[in-house]
Amino acid sequence: MDLKLSEPYQALQAEIRAFIREHGDKSPKVGGGRKRPDLKSLDWQKRLVEHGYAGRTIPKEYGGFGAAPDVMAAAVIASEFARANVYAGLTNQGISMLVPTLLEVGTEEQKRQYVGPTIRGDLIWCQGYSEPGNGSDLANAQTKAELRDGNWIVNGQKIWTSSAHYADMMFLLCRTEPDKPKHDGLSYLLLSMQSPGLEARPLKTMTGRSEFNEVFFTDVKVPETQIVLGRGKGWYVANVTLKHERLMIGDAGKMTARLEQLITLLQTSEIGGVKLIGIAEYRDRLLRLQGEVIAWKAHNLRLLTEAAQGIDSGVKRMIVKYGGTMLGFRLSSLAVDAFGAAGLPYESLGEDAEDDDATTWNIDYMYDVGLMIGGGSTNIQKNIIAERGLDLPREPKVVGRA
Amino acid sequence: MDFGLTLEQRQFDDSLRAFLADRLPMERLRALAEPGTGYDESLWRSLVELGLHGLLIPERFGGAGLGVLDAALAAEALGHAAAPVPFVGNVVMATQAFINSATEAQQDEYLPLIAGGDCRFAVALPSLAGQTGSASIAMSGGRLSGNLVAVADAGAATHFLVYLPDGHAAVVPADASGVSSRMRRSVDRTRPVADVSFDAAPAERLDAANAPLVAAHKVLDAGRVVLAADTLGAAQRMLDSAVAFAKERVQFGRVIGSFQGLKHTLAECVTVLEPCRGMVWYAAYAQDALPEEARLTACHTKAHLGDIGRDIARLATEIHGGMGFTDLLGLHYWFKRISFNRQMLGGPERCREEAADLQGWKLQA
Repeated sequence: MDLKLSEPYQALQAEIRAFIREHGDKSPKVGGGRKRPDLKSLDWQKRLVEHGYAGRTIPKEYGGFGAAPDVMAAAVIASEFARANVYAGLTNQGISMLVPTLLEVGTEEQKRQYVGPTIRGDLIWCQGYSEPGNGSDLANAQTKAELRDGNWIVNGQKIWTSSAHYADMMFLLCRTEPDKPKHDGLSYLLLSMQSPGLEARPLKTMTGRSEFNEVFFTDVKVPETQIVLGRGKGWYVANVTLKHERLMIGDAGKMTARLEQLITLLQTSEIGGVKLIGIAEYRDRLLRLQGEVIAWKAHNLRLLTEAAQGIDSGVKRMIVKYGGTMLGFRLSSLAVDAFGAAGLPYESLGEDAEDDDATTWNIDYMYDVGLMIGGGSTNIQKNIIAERGLDLPREPKVVGRA
Repeated sequence: MDFGLTLEQRQFDDSLRAFLADRLPMERLRALAEPGTGYDESLWRSLVELGLHGLLIPERFGGAGLGVLDAALAAEALGHAAAPVPFVGNVVMATQAFINSATEAQQDEYLPLIAGGDCRFAVALPSLAGQTGSASIAMSGGRLSGNLVAVADAGAATHFLVYLPDGHAAVVPADASGVSSRMRRSVDRTRPVADVSFDAAPAERLDAANAPLVAAHKVLDAGRVVLAADTLGAAQRMLDSAVAFAKERVQFGRVIGSFQGLKHTLAECVTVLEPCRGMVWYAAYAQDALPEEARLTACHTKAHLGDIGRDIARLATEIHGGMGFTDLLGLHYWFKRISFNRQMLGGPERCREEAADLQGWKLQA
């Protein structure tokens, strides 16, 4: 156990601080994601890639910085940007999920064509996984693709597709081998959102915003070569992708930032002239959450160390999505309660402008519920922890049609 | 940066756990719980040979010169085995007190005795720790008077180390004139508590600290972190036992671990318990390496493990069904160990109140 940074990381830290001093004024505002990056964000992202603060470990030939994988370096970069309250670069499903997937299982051509533009923010992706009939049972996807004259012809429907209304491309899980057992019948395709026959309809959620879409496919043509890894390998590829998503959601930095905001909120909000931090019931909830966040951060450090040593963290990693979404929700819950009745006006301005604090917390509070459901719901996570982490027997299969 | 254990730490942990598993099968634990002194001479001597007692003691006094993290790892192993060993008071808190508050001569006299297992300190910090129960302690003219209730590790104590409200500590031999100690069987049958009264008992003050209260808090914080580690070990043992039971027990023609109700309960337990391990490591490391975080993390870790420990203890017992509730299975020894640890050196409410004070979060009536 040694939490001091060793010399090379101290040097990296100094280098980042110098970068931020020189270029920090060009950073877009932190937060306010979930929309297509504007010119300022794209310009900033290119600077980050050039210096190796984004796309750091992506090989140079694919447009990255070409550094060796090093989770400690990644942690130093993240913490320096957070500390300076400077935008740490784009996070989206293309960068966080598709790029690592292609690097792991994509063809040379796919890597050359897609990785560079994606990490620079020029190419935005959406994920075509869930379907109206298959939420948690992802392997049961029914959207089908048939090979005809060198093209996949796609028909069906996807749902819960984040950012589809402004994305350029989609990575799609669809059924290409209808005669095979369900897990072996899937393939993973890459297609343009401009394809004729493809229609994305924004889906309004409980937050009042359209964070998701329904996507309809009617004889959508996708060139045969746009498959990742091969026919019937879709389930394997999708799991490579999901592994990266679940890590993304349990982020300790977000918990720390939320806790700090909550402390400020309770120190400034009042009831009858008394600060909430001075009222035992609010203070106790804050203290419990502070303890949980300390534990969560320590757990994250442990995972980080194991990742750096190439150790598979097993059940310690499997708990991250479930534990992280629950903790995130408990944090936003206290914020909503601190605003109380005065925080009930909810007049969201949509994607074009910044909302007031109470509305923003209420959006997060509701969005957190969406996070518990998306990307493998809470109940599915618990099954995974129990079956894969604790080696408990699987649920007996229901006799009959899958 | 490396947030993990060294090879030496893992090896010591392995050997300690193997030793305890060998020496404390259920029937032995039951036998030790019967007299309930919380002490077994042969176990104690064997642990001396393993080097447990000198973990925190500087090498020049015959110890290993290690840190609170090493003590926390040992405590986790002791909690896992429900071992009746007066560890927290003697090996952790008394040692920290002598290191931080004693003169060179006092260290010379006592630290080698602790390292060699030749004395056993019970430590009381009545006003600082915020335990419930009345306590009154005063010292004048080298003599200590007053009463203490529910002192831990006192079943076979050779010495008492008693803190005064100003942060000064006093050493009193258990057999000194004016000392009377009444052992009380506690809810944890493997560990008693003692009510102790001092009637002008001769006492030796530890006066060497420049800031006695700061030094006293270091003792308290280390004690709290190590108790939390003990709870972690005990809770992990109960959870492991519940998982194993769920894989064996058959009901309705199925292994009960295949029922989603049980799976989800066990998944919940792992999700809350596993981050506790990182928390304990972090807080223990902070005691030696991150002084500005030492107090806050100690308070939070003691409080959080108290709460999580209680949840795991209940759920793991429930999963064992009727057997879990019986004396037969012996699972209750760990349930009670967790209960005991929760109340010692300040419960979660008290610890969180201190955490609030540390951050200037004062209540406004």
